Amino acid sequence: MTTTKFSGTDRYVADEELMMAVNAAVTLERPLLIKGEPGTGKTQLAAEVARALNKPLLEWHIKSTTKARQGLYEYDAVARLRDSQLGEDRVKDIGNYINPGKLWEAFESARQPVLLIDEIDKADIEFPNDLLQELDRMEFFVYETQQSVRAEHRPIIIITSNNEKELPDAFLRRCFFHYIRFPSREIMARIVEVHYPGLKKSLLNEALNVFFDVREVRGLKKKPSTSELLDWIKLLLADEIPEDTLRDKDGKKLMPIMHGALLKNEQDVHLFEQLVFLNKRNAR
Amino acid sequence: MLVDFFFHLKRAGLPVSITEYLSLLRTLQSNLADSQLDNFYLLARTALVKDESRYDLFDRAFGSYFDGVETLFAEEMHTLPEDWLRKQVELLLSDEEKSKIEGIEDWEKLMNTLAERLREQQERHEGGNKWIGTGGTSPFGAYGYNPNGVRVGGQATHSSAVKVWEKRMFRNLDSDVELGTRNIKMALRRLRLFAREGTPDQLDLDDTIASTARNAGWLDIKMRPEKRNRIKVLLFLDVGGSMDPHVKICEELFSAARTEFKNLEYFYFHNFVYESVWKDNRRRHGERISTREIMRTYGRDYKIIFVGDATMSPYEITYPGGSIEHFNEEPGALWINRLLRTFPSAVWLNPVRERDWEFTPSIRITQELLDERMYPLTLKGLDESVKMLKKTRIIQPLETPVS
Repeated sequence: MTTTKFSGTDRYVADEELMMAVNAAVTLERPLLIKGEPGTGKTQLAAEVARALNKPLLEWHIKSTTKARQGLYEYDAVARLRDSQLGEDRVKDIGNYINPGKLWEAFESARQPVLLIDEIDKADIEFPNDLLQELDRMEFFVYETQQSVRAEHRPIIIITSNNEKELPDAFLRRCFFHYIRFPSREIMARIVEVHYPGLKKSLLNEALNVFFDVREVRGLKKKPSTSELLDWIKLLLADEIPEDTLRDKDGKKLMPIMHGALLKNEQDVHLFEQLVFLNKRNAR
Repeated sequence: MLVDFFFHLKRAGLPVSITEYLSLLRTLQSNLADSQLDNFYLLARTALVKDESRYDLFDRAFGSYFDGVETLFAEEMHTLPEDWLRKQVELLLSDEEKSKIEGIEDWEKLMNTLAERLREQQERHEGGNKWIGTGGTSPFGAYGYNPNGVRVGGQATHSSAVKVWEKRMFRNLDSDVELGTRNIKMALRRLRLFAREGTPDQLDLDDTIASTARNAGWLDIKMRPEKRNRIKVLLFLDVGGSMDPHVKICEELFSAARTEFKNLEYFYFHNFVYESVWKDNRRRHGERISTREIMRTYGRDYKIIFVGDATMSPYEITYPGGSIEHFNEEPGALWINRLLRTFPSAVWLNPVRERDWEFTPSIRITQELLDERMYPLTLKGLDESVKMLKKTRIIQPLETPVS
């Protein structure tokens, strides 16, 4: 039973909605499916939940070749076949060739763990369906050794998805769902504060102005996200750039300084240059 | 008491299930909501809605069930006028440019009417409280759904679209209408093209045996990659205007295609393809993808499927500046030719009944542009188009790149 509630940590700012979703999932021991724009801290969430609730964290990163089985266990038949030819002793026990996967680890953990299944949409379409039973009952059966593995403590499961593929309904029914919206200005200010405590208010304000202005630019291929803002501020701090350089809106400066941290695509930089140029002309 | 709420959501079109309802009840028992409506809203959303595209639907259903939560929608409400204003500016600009072209008489008349209407509309807007539509219906309905666009001059004969006035908040095609998609899936399945690709992770038994035998019995494992469906499809969907009556069938096709093909990219266009298309209807004005970029990005082995009724005024295909939404420098016919030269394997699916095709000039033109590769959006038509797509062999290397 969980006694503590998740309310963000000293380095992770969660809004009301996210807290509620996490707490509901933790209380009801349901998997929580998280979607959201890139850079809104989907993957980070699991680590921070684990830290806040003081639980061990297990991470299972999904790739396009990942199979659901691999999360349970893998039977290394090839190794066994080789060993049998070499006449090794360990070949007699099939258990030596069963390698437990992340789910197994999570089920066996002595304390209730937090299990992150990262980017579930990367895998095959059938992947989520293959995990239905295991996530529902939190147990599975190992055919090779005829043993059944059952979770001692139902793990807190956090699943992230980038919307590359639709997830099957049957799977969704068993999850809680939350969509992390892009942080508002207030939340963003808090996030920056968490990362760079004591940042000058004026610098923060100017930096946020530029950041949200850049995000407003229409037709950008890749909008800068939280992590880019943080990198950028780091650069500004490192070079001790006075905030009034940022305020320079009359277009004397062509680009916001160190724009490389915010714009990561030469077409975007180009588009931005054009816009700044137009602004300059209009201002005249 | 919440059973009512549950059925209310179901009626509103949210796919909620009993499992989800029960888990909501359990969340409430666990006292997370603190008997506050806001918290209840969050909990209900977390437990019942599994896709951010349905958040909006849920918000509205929730609002209509519980009084006094309309404030939740305030955010959405004020995104509309901005769109509206931008459109007006856009119209004024393109108007000037358009008057420069010596056009056909009808054309000019049309533009004049447009300008007139625009002035009228602006006045009303400035004095205004409500957005105006024909027949007294507000174009932006209570929560951003727009039943009826303003049409100019009442020339909408033969559903040839004349300028549609305001920006419509086209619904993104909802991709999971499972009902009735099975047939379409079966038809699309024929397009499958299997090939071994990727990491070798399957035991190739025959090769292993042969190779082990050659090795004098010393085991030599051979692996091979799994068979995968290698078909690649670009789907171009017409949204809005005269397509509205066909939305359902298009949704079904889209939903089937999404699950059937791994390599599926989809784009939206309005009436005809020009220099740019878009991927997200909600941000169609900001985030457009240039057609040239598509031609650069995807290989010649991609097959393209256009879905649209091809019903419009012929200007929209053959004249520069004919598009009803923006000023296109080059006619749509040129753009579709470029696409067809880049991707030789292509078909056009048309939801309009085949026997009505000959009465609409624009359909005939499109049919010609596509070399008679237009098929009705019926099971039979789909079958035939799939056959056609399979038949088109891609001859490499390609001729000189399209300019």
